[in-house]
Amino acid sequence: MKKQAILAALFICFFAYNAYALSEAYKNNIYNPGELKPVDSILKVKVGQKAPDFTLQTVSGKIISLKDYRGKKNVVISFVPAAWTPVCSDQWPGYNIVQDIFESNDAVLLGITVDNIPTLYSWTNQMGKLWFDVLSDFWPHGAVAAKFGVLRSDGVSERALFIIDKKGTIRYIDVHNINKRPSLEDLVRELERLK
Amino acid sequence: MKRKIACFAVVILALLTSTVSVAAENSPPKAGSTLPVMELLKPGDSAYLKYLGLPGGGNSFKINQIKAKVVIIQIYSMYCPYCQAEAPNINRLYASIENNSALKDKIKIIGIGVGNSQFETGIYKKKYTVAFPLIPDEDFKLHKIFGEVRTPYFTAVKLNSEKPPEVIYSRLGALENNDLFLAQIIRLSGLK
Repeated sequence: MKKQAILAALFICFFAYNAYALSEAYKNNIYNPGELKPVDSILKVKVGQKAPDFTLQTVSGKIISLKDYRGKKNVVISFVPAAWTPVCSDQWPGYNIVQDIFESNDAVLLGITVDNIPTLYSWTNQMGKLWFDVLSDFWPHGAVAAKFGVLRSDGVSERALFIIDKKGTIRYIDVHNINKRPSLEDLVRELERLK
Repeated sequence: MKRKIACFAVVILALLTSTVSVAAENSPPKAGSTLPVMELLKPGDSAYLKYLGLPGGGNSFKINQIKAKVVIIQIYSMYCPYCQAEAPNINRLYASIENNSALKDKIKIIGIGVGNSQFETGIYKKKYTVAFPLIPDEDFKLHKIFGEVRTPYFTAVKLNSEKPPEVIYSRLGALENNDLFLAQIIRLSGLK
């Protein structure tokens, strides 16, 4: 049994495909951390609970609180682990061409990482003009990620999606395998369920 | 116990050897080489089947089944900012081929959406009104065959029913000049 598990692990190590395709937009500037432990934190929130409120600064200088959207918009929070890494750089640019899907579901998207503003500024600049806000959870380091229970032991966040409805209730959580991009189809399906 | 360790070592060695050979095979396509055989998901849309000259039925097709002299393959992703920015330009390239009676039936374009599901290629097609077929490569299998190139990446292959497709052009990054690119493809393929 143990031997089988080891062989399976070896097979994964040697034959797993990279789960990303890098855009030439980033040239050679992407740091590859390699295959990481899929999930390395313990969730502190559940579907059906009120989402913990937070206030963070965006790359464009705005100050945003989750409660600002209460009674107005559904909120999708996309935590990604780190700027200038392969899968993260291969996630938000896709969300950038589906603004219409978010709007038709009366939702805003908030992108959050634990990187500081200057890093986020130069990284997101490579993605073209983003329609959604990108928030820095840098200081106190990863405090918002920690509130949700998605701060990993090495100080970056999980690759996690939360959908919070207009009442502030968490309706969907996907703490995804950090090495893979979540399916857009799943996110859209969950957004459409809010109607 | 010793036998078990030896057995284990053989398995590891075999895995390592095969990994090295796979890695060596999967470098980006070079002009003058032959394109590795690959199975692409067959488009469900009958207009696409007609454009590619493929018969209906079956789930997959091979590049050399496309009815053309030359196939331009765009490796892209809906998550790639440069691909998004370049999409209108590739549409213009497609239109300039389709509007040229001398090229229309000889040069075809396909996009391979690396890491993109059918849903995601559908989103890209709708967003940029892409008229040529976009083939999903959700599990990166084709991307692996193409040496995991960055996107966008362009390869042009010359088709010959007798031989595997011959790579005549490869390029990383956006096309800067459609006319120049097309002239180059025509020259390299010997279409003129």
